[in-house]
Amino acid sequence: MDTIPTPHPKTVEAREKVVILFAGDSGDGIQLTGSQFTESNALFGNDVSTFPNYPAEIRAPQGTLAGVSGYQLHFGSVDVFTPGDVCDVLVVMNSAALKANIGKLKHGGIIIANNDGFDSKNLRLAGYPDMENPLTDGSLDNYVLHTVDVTKLTRNALEDTTLGMKEKDRSKNMFVLGFINWMYSRSLERTKKFLEAKFKSKPELLEANLKVLQAGYNYGDTSETFTTRYEVKPAPMPKGNYRNITGNQGIAIGLVAAAQKAGLELFYGSYPITPASEILHELSRNKHFGVRTFQAEDEIAAICSAIGASYGGALGVTASSGPGIALKGEALGLAFMLELPLVVVNVQRGGPSTGLPTKTEQADLWQAIFGRNGEAPIPVLAASSPTDCFEMVYEAVKLAVEHMTPVILLSDGYIANGAEPWRFPEAKDLRPITPPFAKPRETMEANGEPLSGLEPFLPYDRDERGVRPWAVPGMKGLQHRIGGIEKEDKTGNISYDPQNHQLMVQLRADKVQRIADTYRPIRLDSGPESGDLLIVGWGSTYGAIRTAVAELQKEGHSVAHVQLRHMFPFNKGLRGLLKRYANVLVPEMNSGQLRQLLRAEFLVDAHGLNKVQGMPFTADEIRVGALNLLNK
Amino acid sequence: MSASQRAKGVTVTSGAAGAVTSSAAGAVTSSAAEKYSSDQQVRWCPGCGDYSILKQVESVLAQHGRPKEEIVFISGIGCSSRFPYYLDTFGMHSIHGRAPAIASGMRSVQPDLSVWLITGDGDSLSIGGNHLIHLLRRNVDLNVLLFNNEIYGLTKGQYSPSSPEGAISRSSPMGSTDHPFNPLALSKGADATFIARSMDRDPKHLREMLQRADAHRGTSLLEIYQNCNVFNDGAFEVFTEKATKPLNTVFVEHGKPLLFANGTKGIKLDGMTPVAVDFSNGGASANDLWVHDERDSFKADILVRLFDDPRKKDALPRPFGVFYVNERSTHEAKMNAQVALAKQKKGDGDLDALLRGENVWTIA
Repeated sequence: MDTIPTPHPKTVEAREKVVILFAGDSGDGIQLTGSQFTESNALFGNDVSTFPNYPAEIRAPQGTLAGVSGYQLHFGSVDVFTPGDVCDVLVVMNSAALKANIGKLKHGGIIIANNDGFDSKNLRLAGYPDMENPLTDGSLDNYVLHTVDVTKLTRNALEDTTLGMKEKDRSKNMFVLGFINWMYSRSLERTKKFLEAKFKSKPELLEANLKVLQAGYNYGDTSETFTTRYEVKPAPMPKGNYRNITGNQGIAIGLVAAAQKAGLELFYGSYPITPASEILHELSRNKHFGVRTFQAEDEIAAICSAIGASYGGALGVTASSGPGIALKGEALGLAFMLELPLVVVNVQRGGPSTGLPTKTEQADLWQAIFGRNGEAPIPVLAASSPTDCFEMVYEAVKLAVEHMTPVILLSDGYIANGAEPWRFPEAKDLRPITPPFAKPRETMEANGEPLSGLEPFLPYDRDERGVRPWAVPGMKGLQHRIGGIEKEDKTGNISYDPQNHQLMVQLRADKVQRIADTYRPIRLDSGPESGDLLIVGWGSTYGAIRTAVAELQKEGHSVAHVQLRHMFPFNKGLRGLLKRYANVLVPEMNSGQLRQLLRAEFLVDAHGLNKVQGMPFTADEIRVGALNLLNK
Repeated sequence: MSASQRAKGVTVTSGAAGAVTSSAAGAVTSSAAEKYSSDQQVRWCPGCGDYSILKQVESVLAQHGRPKEEIVFISGIGCSSRFPYYLDTFGMHSIHGRAPAIASGMRSVQPDLSVWLITGDGDSLSIGGNHLIHLLRRNVDLNVLLFNNEIYGLTKGQYSPSSPEGAISRSSPMGSTDHPFNPLALSKGADATFIARSMDRDPKHLREMLQRADAHRGTSLLEIYQNCNVFNDGAFEVFTEKATKPLNTVFVEHGKPLLFANGTKGIKLDGMTPVAVDFSNGGASANDLWVHDERDSFKADILVRLFDDPRKKDALPRPFGVFYVNERSTHEAKMNAQVALAKQKKGDGDLDALLRGENVWTIA
């Protein structure tokens, strides 16, 4: 460059909250751009909520609608609970990204388009009619359109490097990231640190990425096109220490924490599956906590190895998504029958069968509660947000260990990949977890004396909660046999006695029912103790419902919100709560699975609001659904 | 119940499965073996080959003398899988085919116990085939006792994945159309580190094989020909009965030539091809014979393929004994080494550091 461009004068406008959607080819580094900008905002003190949305194919055909990857970020100086219904800003790297996402941009919203992604080839691949370029044909007049030659400017910035053209082009996401950081008055320091760590062993690539990042930032400063910067002040969040966390991270960290507090070694048996694999990745990096990760040959081996580990006195855990959980069904029955601790996480995705691997859904609730042969009630919990994944997996471990039972935790792709700030706890403040280990017999045998007169060990002798002792191989004098075949009360020996079978079915069911005694009292998320409408949510619909209910309450409606975390057995306070409202609405990303359970259990005329599109609810969809019911 | 009562169902041939006899490795009294019996009534059919196997396992346990609580038997589903109930050790009767996966998980967190896996031909080669091959390639330290009776017994007589082609059974009245597995070739293909075969009717040999399997560090695969006298009686008769055994079996021993027919015949390698030679005709020399080397992987590949149908004319005899041994480190050893290395590099996990993560901000 001949002259050093001087910054143009800019105005700075304050914004309460902003929804920005980055979109491009699945190879464009969109997820990285989005997550880096999220981290910067979170560190600055904004509340954030994110929604990564990408195709199942790793490198879908370039330039096509099928290949569009998106990362939506909502950040604000106020509490935010969803990634946002509509976007304020749409950043698109090519024509397909624009076409796929323009519907999500609000009227008057800002489009930042990479001009180089709108050549005739890209336009054709995106399916725009011949010679029609949306950037020039006036079709975007309702928006504020900025076109930027991202590819060209990236190449310019790397002019004097030895990188090939392909490698140069791969840093163009850094240009966008630099520019967006400028636009929202954010410092590049954190992103620079991230890049330094990422490219530690590749100094050439590090230099290139830093250069392009800075070029993007400087472009905002010097370009005449952009006259306004924005500022989103920190959110008034409760005092404390925060970090960002995704749901899958929350689960991995929660498992390690719970195992440590229980004094157990963590064994994680898993078969890779979208969208649960990150749990395996995260845990395999934490072997210094004694974590053993076992990438099994299939889903059945994954759960069976975890059962074996629990039998061996460790905390056995497995996770999967719907199709994998289906394969684990028989082994779940075994774990239930053996009465061993086991945590099974289902990060739900669109079903049935292979369904929509990278999209979200809540249609595995019935599978979790009913999906086994015979009478096999298993506690089912549900996490409602990325941070709640930590809380709920911790509780899942506590229940599994202290009550000697498998526990299923339901998460889903939306909260598994979405991130939010987490006011993380200190280890000392986490609830204790106490395994009901049997006491090894320091027997007379050790002294060479006969064992006669000593009562045989009874592996299925229960305490007042109905919980059997955990006797681990190697414990002196406690050898015994267990199995999936029906067992005699107390001794665990094989029994085909009809009365015994009924007794055992009852004892196992009672034990699981008593788990509800340990729950905290049911608590409304917001709203009056009685009134016109109760919205009952579960799982990842939490943010959308919370946002919608706040809006409805502001509009003067008598609406309350409860988010269920215990799907089976239900909280004992739920029955009374449901009776105190004229209407009950159950929004779910399925065709009404919780609604049917509530109707069956409580004889309540619950109404459904159901969406099965592989996409989370928007807050407005919930609000409109509630209004429709109220106005009936 | 005494050990001798428990063994009453066995149809014994010439003192074979009778009283526990002293083995090369030392004498075991029947009361010592009895110590490992549970108080449960054994419920296999009278005459089942399983009785003999149970008895020899008890005998080997007694000989080893490990405390009962340090021994774990894990089984799947099928007649043989009832085995754990009859021993006063830790035991799990699990679900069909999955014992290898359960045992692998348990082994990962309990590296010091003695672990035995009891399975049958249906359990390990059909419904659990996938788990078996992965167990073998990982080399988890445990002993697999594969009771092969070439039939589904507990479901009352359907052909199994080890039944010969043409086998008549309740589900194959016109003969099985399935080509059978050769369990030891399958194991070798999966890189098993210990491969052996024995039979229920030869307690001395069986005991020896059990001892060898137990002594091996890694997955020991011991196939045991076991007679189902109800649904597949006599399946292995030619190998087990006095009259036919010498001509149809070859008992291999490390460092010794492959001899059979009471030493009158042997097997030599003609290139890669095993050939039977007869000394009575003259001409053949014992020096030409194939000398068994249980460490030789390539020869083991040939040995496991000695799998002729004994009804075939000029069938080569079926080998018994330890086919192959390879000392390679176990899965749990490598897993635990990684845990130790991670602790050495990063220090014992600090939970607060994990909760904190890399990027923290504080709101005061």
